[in-house]
Amino acid sequence: MSGPSDFQPTNPALKWIERRLPIMGLVHSSFVAYPTPRNLNYWWTFGAILSFMLAMQIATGVILAMHYTPHADLAFKSVELIVRDVNFGWLLRNMHACGASMFFFAVYVHMFRGLYYGSYKEPREVLWILGVIIYLLMMATGFMGYVLPWGQMSFWGATVITNLFSAIPYVGESIVTLLWGGYAVGNPTLNRFFSLHYLLPFVIAGVVVLHVWALHVAGQNNPAGVEMKTEKDSVPFTPHATIKDMFGVSVFLLLYAWFIFYMPNYLGDAENYVPANPGVTPAHIVPEWYYLPFYAILRSIPNKLAGVVAMFGAIIILAFLPWLDSARTKSSKYRPLAKQFFWIFVVVCIGLGYLGAQPPEGIYVIVGRILTVMYFAYFLVVLPLLARIEKPRPLPNSIADDVLAKTGSKTAPMVSTVIALMIAGGLFVGSAQNVSAAEGQQKPPANKWSFSGPFGKFDRGALQRGLKVYKEVCSACHGLSFVAFRNLADPGGPGYSTAQAAAFASEYKIKDGPNDQGEMFERPGRPADYFPSPFPNEQAARAANGGAAPPDLSLITKARTYGRGFPTFIFDFFTQYQEQGPDYLVALLQGYEDKPPAGFNLPAGSFYNTYFPGHAIKMPKPLSDGQVTFDDGSPATVAQYAKDVTTFLMWAAEPHMEARKRLGLQVFVFLILLAGLLYFTKKKVWATAH
Amino acid sequence: MAAVGAVATAWPFISQMNPDAATIAAGAPIEVDLTPIAEGQDIKVFWRGKPIYIMNRTKKQVEEAQKVPLSSLPDPQTDQQRTKAGHEQWLVVVGICTHLGCIPIAHEGQYDGFFCPCHGSVYDTSGRIRQGPAPANLAVPPYAFLSDTKIQIG
Repeated sequence: MSGPSDFQPTNPALKWIERRLPIMGLVHSSFVAYPTPRNLNYWWTFGAILSFMLAMQIATGVILAMHYTPHADLAFKSVELIVRDVNFGWLLRNMHACGASMFFFAVYVHMFRGLYYGSYKEPREVLWILGVIIYLLMMATGFMGYVLPWGQMSFWGATVITNLFSAIPYVGESIVTLLWGGYAVGNPTLNRFFSLHYLLPFVIAGVVVLHVWALHVAGQNNPAGVEMKTEKDSVPFTPHATIKDMFGVSVFLLLYAWFIFYMPNYLGDAENYVPANPGVTPAHIVPEWYYLPFYAILRSIPNKLAGVVAMFGAIIILAFLPWLDSARTKSSKYRPLAKQFFWIFVVVCIGLGYLGAQPPEGIYVIVGRILTVMYFAYFLVVLPLLARIEKPRPLPNSIADDVLAKTGSKTAPMVSTVIALMIAGGLFVGSAQNVSAAEGQQKPPANKWSFSGPFGKFDRGALQRGLKVYKEVCSACHGLSFVAFRNLADPGGPGYSTAQAAAFASEYKIKDGPNDQGEMFERPGRPADYFPSPFPNEQAARAANGGAAPPDLSLITKARTYGRGFPTFIFDFFTQYQEQGPDYLVALLQGYEDKPPAGFNLPAGSFYNTYFPGHAIKMPKPLSDGQVTFDDGSPATVAQYAKDVTTFLMWAAEPHMEARKRLGLQVFVFLILLAGLLYFTKKKVWATAH
Repeated sequence: MAAVGAVATAWPFISQMNPDAATIAAGAPIEVDLTPIAEGQDIKVFWRGKPIYIMNRTKKQVEEAQKVPLSSLPDPQTDQQRTKAGHEQWLVVVGICTHLGCIPIAHEGQYDGFFCPCHGSVYDTSGRIRQGPAPANLAVPPYAFLSDTKIQIG
């Protein structure tokens, strides 16, 4: 399609370059004059969206790498310091973390589009296979990236995934040791994953170049599935496709920004705000949502090796699709049966995704097996069979005919329904992981928080009172190690002046040294110091507290959650509900019962708490009425203490939350304007083409 | 010839990924004192970054483990093969699920042995797989009794 370009620059300097390196001609023939089918719908904008996301991930990733420390002891802290101390660090981190999810969301739409319209069929087999390779590379990159923050899910996800290779007969164990660089997942593993996570995106970019090259040789497929024949079938890439892609990207950005600014933790796992601990496995190990369907396949097969083979097979089988489906008609629009099976397949994939997040027991295992069989049957039975028995509807003679036939009947409502379905499905899978923690836990009641919603702000009074409760009660056992005294004077915080923060710091004794005599000494705290922890190390904390170490509270409101249940978590996406942690915490602090209910066997040294998972908590009832006196006359009740200290801890977990929501509003106003302008420009450009 | 050269050059590039000298040195044998572990209790020690469960089994647990017919086991091994003669009450196993490497919880599951929370594998009081996706019994690390109350792992 993109033959030698007839592009000739007029400027003599450009002419000089062009004669030696015809790069402008290449760009002109590939992205300006390049003919694209006239009948492409918005599903075709996802190619541009994906290119955009790749560029975004590389740009934010390179910057994050400048601040990140790939060491097992420092990685978790360095990520927190990026979010807290680096200018706009919270934004860059959210862009990168949510960007990974958006990247996968877009790639799934792109793949399903290819599946529906038969974009893998002759002459686009190589194009398709290159796409499968990109997808595999993306999965490897995404997995290694998830390991880098070195939280509990990072560590245990890495353990589970690397152990997949131990299923290989004879050499499996040696391969796993080779991957780890040790006898378990540890610092060497983190280091090499960081190196590879930095490398692979550039490999992806290289394969993307091949992918686009192959695309430009074969030409784009289109909804009608008939090839371009005459000039009337096509429009030039620029301005038509360019403006349409730009509009597509701007709409996609709205979704992306929704996550970045309002729901940054919606797709993540609360457990990953707990630093990696090789001695404790989380109750449910759940991969990121985009791997869940394959994880479900892995778990539904009771044999280890067979499970691993099936999981990888589920991806590899895509590469053979061009030969499994030998039907001559490309587009499912003209294949009445294939169309129905396609939608069943989409539901199967979403169903597998949901099951991947559920505990591997009972009905989930059985349904998982059924869906696994259906997944493979689609490729191995349904598609080969349909190619033989299905009677396709007549194809339009040309793309131009297809466009003319369509002008009367608008298909837009159908498309938007499908988009809504896809998003709902993605969300369904995405937040299904939250459901996993549900069992054996009573749901805490919802509270009204000043910091919830798109315009949420912290209540300064509550922050100051909460700080007092922390200082006088919680700090006896719990650290707050990521918060510095200087933060108390930061904008968006408790609203103290720099002098007040310094005075607050000076009340603390901080260990420093060594001095000139080589000895450690104590001095009054300075604003730059961090809240000192009550115990020198985890073992001491454990020994002093009956075997259960009191967790550090810096991130506790983000590290705790509870199952929202279906369909609440779908509504949460629209209401921006992000306060599971605070709701749980405030309920826990008030959830103590003097006597456990009859029949409950309370272990010695434990206390009964309605909202604690399993109910037996080692922490004694921490708050009682009148324990702390407030200067502002607020009631000295447990309810008030609990709410105030939770507000304070929410701020401690995310000190830049106000800045995030404020910037989010500005970005949304801008993006809506941009998308609107692009839409009308697009309409104008395409006015003659439809 | 060139192929030999290429393979020889590739070797250092692959070999560097294996555990380095410091890691190997840190994986030397360790000694564990058994006196603080009461009957029915267990401790978890780390050796080579792996949790090792040392369990002082009760008479009932030992009997249960010894009575199980081998034909009912997915990975048949007698309890005697998994413990040291004369020290039958002591079970020493690597606390890493043979499925995908999670740490099973001791004294849980329907066999009063170990239960893996990740994918639901259940092990008995001898650390043998009884139910779930794990293909093999919990590994027994190399160890020896230095005295009645002290073992060396490694």
